[in-house]
Amino acid sequence: MTDAAPADPRPVQGAPSRPSLLATSDRMKRRNAAEARFRAYGLIAISTAGALLVVLLWNILSAGLPAFQRTVVTVDFTLTEDQFDAAESVLFKTREYETYFIAALSDQLRDRGLDLEFDSASVERLLGKVGATLRSHYRDNPDAIGQPVRFELPTSSRVERYFKGGFARADIGDTNRFITAADLDLADALKQAGVLRTAFNWTFVTGVDTGSDNPGGAGIGASVVGSFFMMLVVLVLSLPIGVAASIYLEEFAPQNRFTDFIEVNISNLAAVPSIVFGILGLAVFIQFGGGQLEIQALKASAPLVGGLVLSLMTLPTIIIATRAALKSVPPSIREAALGVGASKMQAVFHHVLPLAMPGILTGAIIGLAQALGETAPLLLIGMVGFIARYPETFMGGFEGPNSALPAQIYNWASRSDATFIEKAWGGIIVLLLFMLTMNLIAIILRRRFERRW
Amino acid sequence: MYDTRNAERDVTQNEIKMSARKCQVFYGDKQAIIDVDIDVEDKMVTAFIGPSGCGKSTFLRVLNRMNDTIPIARVEGAITLDGEDIYDPRVDPVQLRARVGMVFQKPNPFPKSIYDNVAYGPRIHGLATGKAEMDAIVEKSLRRAALWDEVKDRLQEPGTGLSGGQQQRLCIARAVATEPEVLLMDEPCSALDPIATSQVEELIDELRESYSVVIVTHSMQQAARVSQKTAFFHLGYLVEYGETGQIFTNPRDERTESYISGRIG
Repeated sequence: MTDAAPADPRPVQGAPSRPSLLATSDRMKRRNAAEARFRAYGLIAISTAGALLVVLLWNILSAGLPAFQRTVVTVDFTLTEDQFDAAESVLFKTREYETYFIAALSDQLRDRGLDLEFDSASVERLLGKVGATLRSHYRDNPDAIGQPVRFELPTSSRVERYFKGGFARADIGDTNRFITAADLDLADALKQAGVLRTAFNWTFVTGVDTGSDNPGGAGIGASVVGSFFMMLVVLVLSLPIGVAASIYLEEFAPQNRFTDFIEVNISNLAAVPSIVFGILGLAVFIQFGGGQLEIQALKASAPLVGGLVLSLMTLPTIIIATRAALKSVPPSIREAALGVGASKMQAVFHHVLPLAMPGILTGAIIGLAQALGETAPLLLIGMVGFIARYPETFMGGFEGPNSALPAQIYNWASRSDATFIEKAWGGIIVLLLFMLTMNLIAIILRRRFERRW
Repeated sequence: MYDTRNAERDVTQNEIKMSARKCQVFYGDKQAIIDVDIDVEDKMVTAFIGPSGCGKSTFLRVLNRMNDTIPIARVEGAITLDGEDIYDPRVDPVQLRARVGMVFQKPNPFPKSIYDNVAYGPRIHGLATGKAEMDAIVEKSLRRAALWDEVKDRLQEPGTGLSGGQQQRLCIARAVATEPEVLLMDEPCSALDPIATSQVEELIDELRESYSVVIVTHSMQQAARVSQKTAFFHLGYLVEYGETGQIFTNPRDERTESYISGRIG
C-alpha cells in the first residue's frame, strides 16, 4: 500500500525531443528484417518439404499404380463332352486342351475379321500354360463341360510390361526365347480386336506370392492377412499393458530412484533400433520359448511371434504417449475428485483417464502404424519366407507361417523380374493406404472423445 | 475500519469440531507449519489470514489430508475430528474427505454436465438409491449453493460452460452434496469478480447454519465480513487466534496489528 507517485507523462523541459512514431527507428528496422527473414526460412522449409512429398508420392504412384492393372485376354470357349474324353485319354493332356483353345481363339478372331497365324509356342509366350489352366478349371467344375465359358486369361508378364511401356520392340534380341517381335504383333492385333484389354488386377489384391515363373500372378493378400494377425497381437498386448503401466507410473508409483530408473529406461527403449528387438525375439520367443520350453505356438515365421516382437517395440511408444497425455490433465481435476472423497483410482478412472483418452489413442495408433511398417525385426524371426497360401483356420493365422506387408515388399524388391519390382511399389501403395486408414481412425476417435465435454 | 457485524452477532462458544495440537508440516527438509494449536468450532466460519507463504493453505490441507497427495509432505501432531485422530493409520483419507469437503481457489468443475458434477460425490458414496433421490440431492445442493434458479433449465449442459462465479458456486454445490460436516475453502473468491464474490460470501454465511466452515483468504475485508473467528498465520506460526471482532479491532499481538494495518504482508 505504498503511495508511489505516478510517472509524469509530460516531456521534461530540455530533454532530447522524442523521435516521431511515423519514422521507423534503425533498431526497429533490424528487428523487422529479422522477423521477415525468419518467415522466409519457414516458407522455404515448408515448400521444400511439400515439394519432396510431391516427388515421393509421384514416384510411388507412377511406379506402383501399374501393379493394380493387368492385361487380360477374354476368350469364349466351350468344351464338348467328346473333347473332354478325348483329351483325358491321351498322354499329353494339357497339350490337347491348348489345341482346342487355339482353335477357339482363331474362330473368335476370324469372326472379327482377323486372320492370324499362331502356334502353340507363341500362345504359351503370350498367355502362359493355357492348357493347364483350362484343364484344372474343367476338373474342378465338371458341370461346365458342354456349357459356354468366358475365360479371362492374364497375359504373360512380358506382354504386360510391353503394354505398360516397360520395353520397346527394338529391345528384343533375335535369340530371346521368352518373346519375339511376332508375338508383339499378335498381341497388338488382339488388342485392336478387343480381345486383349486392361483390367483391374484383383489377383494383386487378393492373391498370394508366386515363384519367378509367374510374377504376374503374385498378390499381396496373404501378407496383408499376416500383418493383420500381427497387429491383432500388438493391439491386444501393448495397449492394455502400456496404458496400465503408464497409469501406475504416472499416478500411483512412489517417486524414488527405482521408478526414475524405470522411466529413463522406457525412454531409452523407444530409441533402441528395431533389429535389436528382432534378435531378442529370436532368442527369447523362438529359441527359448519354442525350442527349450517347447511351446508349440512359438515357431519361426509365425505372426504370433512377430506380434510379440512388435509389441515389445510398440510398448515404449504407447507408454510415453500415455504418460504425456496423463500429465497434461490439469492437477485441479484430480484435486477436485479427491476433494469430494473419490479414491485415487476413482479419480484416475472417472476423471483423468477420459480426459487423457484422445492423447492415449493417438499414441496407440502411432505405435501401431509404426509396428505395421516395421521390417527389420521380421527378417530375423523368419517372416520373409515364400508364403503361397492363406492360413486355413483363425488360429492358423497366428501360428502358421506367414509374411507381412513390409516384408513382402522387401522380398519382391530383391527379386530380379521387373514385374516383381512393380509389385513392390504397388505393395507400398497398399501399405500407405493402411497407414492412411489408421490415421483416419485416430482422428475420428479423437473427435468423438473430445466432443463429449 | 473493518465491517465486523457478523462477527459481533455471534460470539457464543460452540462445540469444537476439529482441533490441532502441536501440528508440524514439513515439505522435505523445510518446515512449513510450526507448533500450531487450534480449535475449529462447529457451525461457525473460521478464517485463516496471513501473508503469502505463511502456511495457511498448507494448514487447511492438513485438515482433510489433501497433503497426502504430495509425496514429500509430512504431518506431525494430533489433528482430530470429533475427538478422533484423523492421522491414525486406521483412518482412510477417502472416508475422511467425505466428511471434510473442500472448495479450491480456482473453480475446477469436472468437464461433465452440471448435474453430473453435483451427483458425482453422492454417487461414489452411495448416498442415493434411485434417480428421484439423486435428483432431489442435486436440486437441494444447487439450491444451497444459490445456483439452482440459474441452472435448473440446463442441468445437462457442461459445468465448464458457466461463468467463473457460477462455476465456483457449482463447486460449492458439489462439495455440499456429500453432506460434509466441515467445509474447507481455499481462497474461494480469489478468481472471482466483486459481484460473484459477494454472492459466494452470502452463501458462506448461510452455510454456517449447517456446517463448520474454514476459509483461507487473502482479503482481510472478506475475513471480517464472513467469519466469526479468525486465525492469523505468519511464517508457519499461528500468531493469534480469536474472535474476528477482537482480532480486527483489538489485536493482542504486535505482528497481527502490523498485518491488519498493512505494515507487513
